[in-house]
Amino acid sequence: MNAFSPAPNTQVWPLIGGVEPKENKQQSNGLSIGYLPLPPFLVLPVNQHIGVAAEPLVAVGDQVLKGQLIASSSGKISACLHAPTSGKVVAIEPRPVPHASGLDSLAIIIEPDQQDQWREQEPWPNWQQRSSEELLARLSESGIVGLGGAGFPTASKLSIDQQIHTLVVNGTECEPYITADDLIMRERAAQILAGVAIMAKLLQVKQVLIGIEDNKPEAIAAMRAALEHYQGPEAVIKTFPTKYPSGGEKQLIWILTGQEVPSGRLPADLGMVCVNVGTAAAVQQCIVDDHPLISRITTLTGQVLAQPRNYELLIGTPIVWLLAQLGVTQAERIIMGGPMMGEPLANPQSPVVKTCNCLLLPTQQELPLPPSASPCIRCGFCDDVCPASLLPQQLYYHARSRNLEGLAQQHLFDCIECGACAYVCPSSIPLVQYYRYGKGEIRQEQQQQAKSERAKVRFENRQARLAQESAEKEAKRKARAEAAAKAQAAKAAGDNSAIDQVIKAAQAKSAAAAATKAEGPDLEALKSAVEQAKNKLMMAEERLAKAEQEMPENAAAFRTARDKFAEKLAKAEANWQKAQQETKT
Amino acid sequence: MNLITLSSPHHTQSTGVNKVMLQVLMALVPGIVALCLFFSPIYLFNLLIGCSTALAVEALILRLRRCPVAFHLRDLSALVTAVLLVISMPPLIPWWITVLAVSCALLLGKHLYGGLGFNPFNPAMVAFALMIVSFPVPMTTLWLAPNSGLDFASALQIVLGQTLLPDGISSATPLDYYKTQVGRLTATEIYQSELFFGIWPAGWIWVSLAYLVGGLFLLYKKVFSWHAPLGLLVGLAVLALIFGLDPDSNTPLHLHLLAGSAIVGAFFIVTDPVSGATSRLGKFIFGFGVGCLAYVIRTWGSYPDAIAFAVLLMNFAAPFIDHYSKPRTYGHSTRHQGYK
Repeated sequence: MNAFSPAPNTQVWPLIGGVEPKENKQQSNGLSIGYLPLPPFLVLPVNQHIGVAAEPLVAVGDQVLKGQLIASSSGKISACLHAPTSGKVVAIEPRPVPHASGLDSLAIIIEPDQQDQWREQEPWPNWQQRSSEELLARLSESGIVGLGGAGFPTASKLSIDQQIHTLVVNGTECEPYITADDLIMRERAAQILAGVAIMAKLLQVKQVLIGIEDNKPEAIAAMRAALEHYQGPEAVIKTFPTKYPSGGEKQLIWILTGQEVPSGRLPADLGMVCVNVGTAAAVQQCIVDDHPLISRITTLTGQVLAQPRNYELLIGTPIVWLLAQLGVTQAERIIMGGPMMGEPLANPQSPVVKTCNCLLLPTQQELPLPPSASPCIRCGFCDDVCPASLLPQQLYYHARSRNLEGLAQQHLFDCIECGACAYVCPSSIPLVQYYRYGKGEIRQEQQQQAKSERAKVRFENRQARLAQESAEKEAKRKARAEAAAKAQAAKAAGDNSAIDQVIKAAQAKSAAAAATKAEGPDLEALKSAVEQAKNKLMMAEERLAKAEQEMPENAAAFRTARDKFAEKLAKAEANWQKAQQETKT
Repeated sequence: MNLITLSSPHHTQSTGVNKVMLQVLMALVPGIVALCLFFSPIYLFNLLIGCSTALAVEALILRLRRCPVAFHLRDLSALVTAVLLVISMPPLIPWWITVLAVSCALLLGKHLYGGLGFNPFNPAMVAFALMIVSFPVPMTTLWLAPNSGLDFASALQIVLGQTLLPDGISSATPLDYYKTQVGRLTATEIYQSELFFGIWPAGWIWVSLAYLVGGLFLLYKKVFSWHAPLGLLVGLAVLALIFGLDPDSNTPLHLHLLAGSAIVGAFFIVTDPVSGATSRLGKFIFGFGVGCLAYVIRTWGSYPDAIAFAVLLMNFAAPFIDHYSKPRTYGHSTRHQGYK
């Protein structure tokens, strides 16, 4: 930048609401990023991101190399999975994962061979010479997801159709305790900015806004220094006062640009894309070093640990093993993420996943369990801190009384679940839990409604069909009755010719019916029968495959079922072909 | 490892309702001191009666409702109600009216609706209104002139009903006096009364200023926002300026603000979060409505100080105000208003 160029615009807009909890970051940001030995086994869940689960490409017993693709993305929003080290696939089975549901999920288990041998790599030091298509192709094979915590597949974010003018880089890290992004910015600022340049090229943006809270002076200095060597569209580092939740995507966009993401829309609708600094570093590694996402920086902190620190951990590292390495065998609580929005871990056997930015092991003294809730006195402290300008206490009242309409009216779905309201609540009401409940109820209600709407349509169609059938029956009955009456009358009159007439009419009718039948079988019906049989066979095959994986002892029954469906399909096809030939001849 | 799984956030300030209530009680101390100094220390005895009744009645009702007694007593809300009620009533009020008032406040004003947090009306004001309607004479005539010289022992005997009220001890409040005299006397003549000190209401001005100090303390501590108090003061002041410019025909502005319960109402009554409006705008509208209604009742109604009725009327309107004063949510271009 020369002396005559205008100073970059570093204006920021103050966060609406927000709280200032004790930061507790100094415990873990004093030491550099640490490393641990290879764990005895790695548990790699196929769904560590928002979107469709990846499909395993390996089988039990396969040897894999470090960085080898072991599960491929399926669908538009999905992410690949790679082997974090070389070794053998020992199982593909449901395992405990860090997820709010507490349910097990399918995972690939790898036993390291301690060789840590890479697959063939093709570094692109001069990535600028590559086309956007090539870069995007490599990114979508990289398994990178948003490392800030949400886990949205990055390739999907970068291959957006909309015109994007601003890339927002999130180095805010507003949650207390977490210092992973702080350390990445201190130690890998150049990498981050190279990643930013790659993404800026892919999105064709005009400017890059980097937002960092002012409680990370070392990180800010490191990023400023690295910015000297950065090549890409105009990039500005904006710093702003430390306040939770400045790092929420919507909040950060407001702070940096003074614009609000419209309700229910994405930042892309404003022409912006927001990525985390850790994600940017991962993008650089993927493109330049051909190094897919197989590890991440995680803060291990809390007073239970003797020495809180940031570690670069392999994805899939079992948490219980990890803690044992650090001398922890007992813990009351393990929180994945920070104290404000982190998910409590139900099972310590769960592995470190791509979205795991922090493992917090607090003692009772530092983060006491909440006391029993008192009644809400509507003090309004929550209104003052809500970053979305909602009325949390009103939401609470509606959620408590399951008033879904009231919840929608109070814009429940604009709640980002940051927990600022529950943080200040003098009555210790678990407000966020009520909002999650409310959201769940509304979603369920909507599903129910859609379902009953379908049922209603089906019912009405059936009623119409039945009515038509009975009307036809009634018409036939009337016709028969008339014919009989005529015959009776003719008989009574002794007029044989009348009887002949009736008989002739009946004969003509049956002949006509026979003729329509002879016109040929209903081709359409037969064709759809074939289609149906095909579908059924496919489903049976799917079930069989699943059974073979999950309960091989029952697979025989599924196989018989599959064979039966195959037989039926063959029959249906034969019928159809026969009918086709008949119509031709 | 058996892990505790609780919903986020895992970190809270854990202030506790009782801390909020304790701050309110602390903020009332300067006002109580001023009442004792300028009128009579009998207020302390009344407070003792009121608070003991409050604790006993609250405990009894909680027991009847099968709620954890100690847990709810600890929130101190019953004490706040009792203290607010006692300081709004005349100092020489018979003890049994205090007992009745506090019991009504807790029973009819609060627990009948489901206890703390569920009462649509301000409990202290419900009881005050009930008392002033039921016992209009003691509730309006048992006030003391400032520095009346009545000692604590005699006051105690009056309150306990052991002696009859001696002549010339009780007096009207300055607001009441001004209102009854304003047609007949000029402002200058009215100010000659012992109830005034220059143009200022003797004694009451200090009480009001003491409440103001307490109120500003709560504002500084962010126990409430400035919206409701300012709303009340603005509402009262605007009407007083429009209709009361001529002190010879109407009560002037400074008496409206400083001679009655306007300040205590602004900082301790309309700021009751439970029965008030929710949003900041709503709180201002709520306070403004109370101020306007208070002026209307004071000037054209039959009650000289009307904060209680004004508050109760606005309590009715609070849910309605809430529907039309929601803040604009992040990401929405307009505010949502109304019921649909």
